[in-house]
Amino acid sequence: MTRKQKRLSIIAAGAGFLIAATGLTFYALGQKASYFYMPADLQTATLEPGQRIRLGGLVEKGTIIRGQGTQVSFGVTDKENSVKVTYTGILPDLFREDQGVITEGTFGADGVFVADSVLAKHDENYMPKEVADSLKAKGVWQDEQAGGGS
Amino acid sequence: MVETGHFALVLAFALALVQSLVPLFGARTGNERLMAVGGPVAVTGFALTALSFAALTMAYVQSDFSVANVWENSHSLKPMLFKITGTWGNHEGSMLLWVLILTFFGALVAVFGTNLPNTLRANVLAVQGWIGAAFFLFILATSNPFARLVPAPIEGRDLNPILQDIGLAIHPPLLYLGYVGFSVCFSFAVAALIEGKIDAAWARWVRPWTLAAWLFLTGGIAMGSYWAYYELGWGGFWFWDPVENASFMPWLAGTALLHSAIVMEKRSALKIWTLLLAILTFSLSLLGTFLVRSGVLTSVHAFATDPSRGVFILCILMLFIGGSLALFALRAGSLTTGGMFQPVSREGALVLNNLFLTTAAATVLIGTLYPLVIEAITGDKISVGAPFFNLTFGSLMVPLLMLVPFGPLLAWKRGDIFGAAQRLMFAFGGALLAVLVTMLAVEGETVFAALGIGLAFWLILGALTDIVLKSGFGNVSARVMLSRFVGLPRSVFGTTLAHLGVGLSVLGIVGVVSFETEKILTMRAGETVELSGHTVRFEGLHPFQGPNYTEDQGRFVLLGASGNSTGEIISAKRFYPARRMPTTEAGIKTMGFSQLYISLGDETTDGAVVVRMWWKPMVTLIWLGGLVMMIAGAISLTDRRLRVGAPARRAKPARPSPATS
Repeated sequence: MTRKQKRLSIIAAGAGFLIAATGLTFYALGQKASYFYMPADLQTATLEPGQRIRLGGLVEKGTIIRGQGTQVSFGVTDKENSVKVTYTGILPDLFREDQGVITEGTFGADGVFVADSVLAKHDENYMPKEVADSLKAKGVWQDEQAGGGS
Repeated sequence: MVETGHFALVLAFALALVQSLVPLFGARTGNERLMAVGGPVAVTGFALTALSFAALTMAYVQSDFSVANVWENSHSLKPMLFKITGTWGNHEGSMLLWVLILTFFGALVAVFGTNLPNTLRANVLAVQGWIGAAFFLFILATSNPFARLVPAPIEGRDLNPILQDIGLAIHPPLLYLGYVGFSVCFSFAVAALIEGKIDAAWARWVRPWTLAAWLFLTGGIAMGSYWAYYELGWGGFWFWDPVENASFMPWLAGTALLHSAIVMEKRSALKIWTLLLAILTFSLSLLGTFLVRSGVLTSVHAFATDPSRGVFILCILMLFIGGSLALFALRAGSLTTGGMFQPVSREGALVLNNLFLTTAAATVLIGTLYPLVIEAITGDKISVGAPFFNLTFGSLMVPLLMLVPFGPLLAWKRGDIFGAAQRLMFAFGGALLAVLVTMLAVEGETVFAALGIGLAFWLILGALTDIVLKSGFGNVSARVMLSRFVGLPRSVFGTTLAHLGVGLSVLGIVGVVSFETEKILTMRAGETVELSGHTVRFEGLHPFQGPNYTEDQGRFVLLGASGNSTGEIISAKRFYPARRMPTTEAGIKTMGFSQLYISLGDETTDGAVVVRMWWKPMVTLIWLGGLVMMIAGAISLTDRRLRVGAPARRAKPARPSPATS
């Protein structure tokens, strides 16, 4: 091979590698990214059975039920609709009524959302950005939720 | 004192402006005296920034709540260590630490760069000055840590309890030394572009600076990972959180830079690529700064956000990344290119390493920014989490790690792949043995886990093979071998240890991901639970009063075979009244390289407590591997070649130094 051919073949191999990596990346994005929904969005959304999503909103007042075991159930609301969520494990330290929360998991056959992770940020003013944006869009945002804190 | 600090900061900004312009102008016009201004100005700028930082620290130590920043982030009852570390436990203070480290590196270049060609030194200091000026302006305009409060409050609002930990003393300084350390490589790269030639000095200088920044960044990331692991109470060591990714991308690019710099130094090839990597690595560091501080992404780490700050950093980001890449596009064509080499050679292996590492950095970048792009285009909110990164990053890392042991065994210019494979027979056999032992010893579906363990052993044994062979194993007597071993260049030890460290981390990750066991249950005082052969008895909850918190301590006793106590684990729920914020203090017991990890949940209605318990086999190896990599970097940095390798004042033509093997 001449010097030029050699250089070209190296560039071709490198380009092939990059194309393969790009393909893999976008395939993975299509498969593995999970969409974020508020309870009201679920009316119009079409979810495949078993599809993983993120469900966000406020923890509905008076709905937290701690049983005798390790399972907890609570309602996630956007002040219009609400969804019942069950979770097994330890809730984050900042999980409270009327606070923003993001849960991730799948819907069971009975319409109850089974979460395998519950996020509440480690900050007393926590409102996940997605939740705050959606609440603002719905006009139920109150400013004291955003700032201040203690 | 506070006003002195504020004034010193303003002066430091003014000096940074001088440093950005005067040496640059001197270098353009060939004026030696103007060029010589850079050094003293850089050192003075560092002294002023240090004074400013000391003033802020002093305000924290004295709990001077007339300073808004201190009021927001401190409390008079806080232990002294956390008063001091609290200085950088917030946005404003941490930016001050950022510029302190930046000016520190600038001063180092000024002090140790006396044997650099004058124009190069002047240009490098000028570029450092630009970065400094931009960030000083950012601090003074949007995030002034010295702003006063009138009237002064009596008590502060306390530091976020999560940050009241020894981790805050170590993690951010190490991380910033890493992030900001890459600014030196960036400044050298931009200076080379301004001059329009890649000086031999650049090739010699870029590696030690990359090495220094890389070893600090490695330590910072490892420490951050361990901190999150024990502090958050979730038992995870890596969450693929945007902010973690923000520190991981410069690490990947920096690791690539470290390897390409070797090729440039030894073979004076890959010059332009190395230059581009140096720019990209620091650009990713800046991007990380932007992501952490602008609040554009949801993350567990984000600082309190303010849109004006985000826009300001975005402007800095575009100016520096856009400007340096535009300069690169203009000038790269006119730079002299290096020599060619065979694909199968040490250079070839290092190119392959770069291809994998930069692609991996790119996939992490895409995964991190994709939600932003999608939201901007379609308005959909999505999240890209661990499943994405495990698939893409994992499939890039596995082949790279399989190839790692070959690299150091290949000769420069033209390597012998079969010869290298032959010499790796022992390592391969050891790895195969590890796979078989794992499959036989552990029940269940363990093929992938066993292969993972095998990969880790392949890396560790492969690294050791390299250094054993370089000592002359098989050819010379044991005594000669020992003396050869001692006489090997430090960089060979560095390579071996760094690759060994990667192997250890892989071993820890595979171990904990594959063989971790977990139980979530409710317990009452006196009840016992068994997990992976360890019996633990719950002794009940006991209240405890800390200096600025109260806690409920759950006491657990580890029982031996005969029912005797072999150790205590305390896991607690803390409450910090100043911020009305609860935290979970995980109880961790280290046994060998493994850990028993206990997290407390809420009390149930019938008086029992929810307990989450993990057995994490080999988990500490993840961070020990990081520590080994850090030590490897430090050893490599003491290599004689790097200490005396700086060029003479009269630039000599680039001459590749002989290969070490």
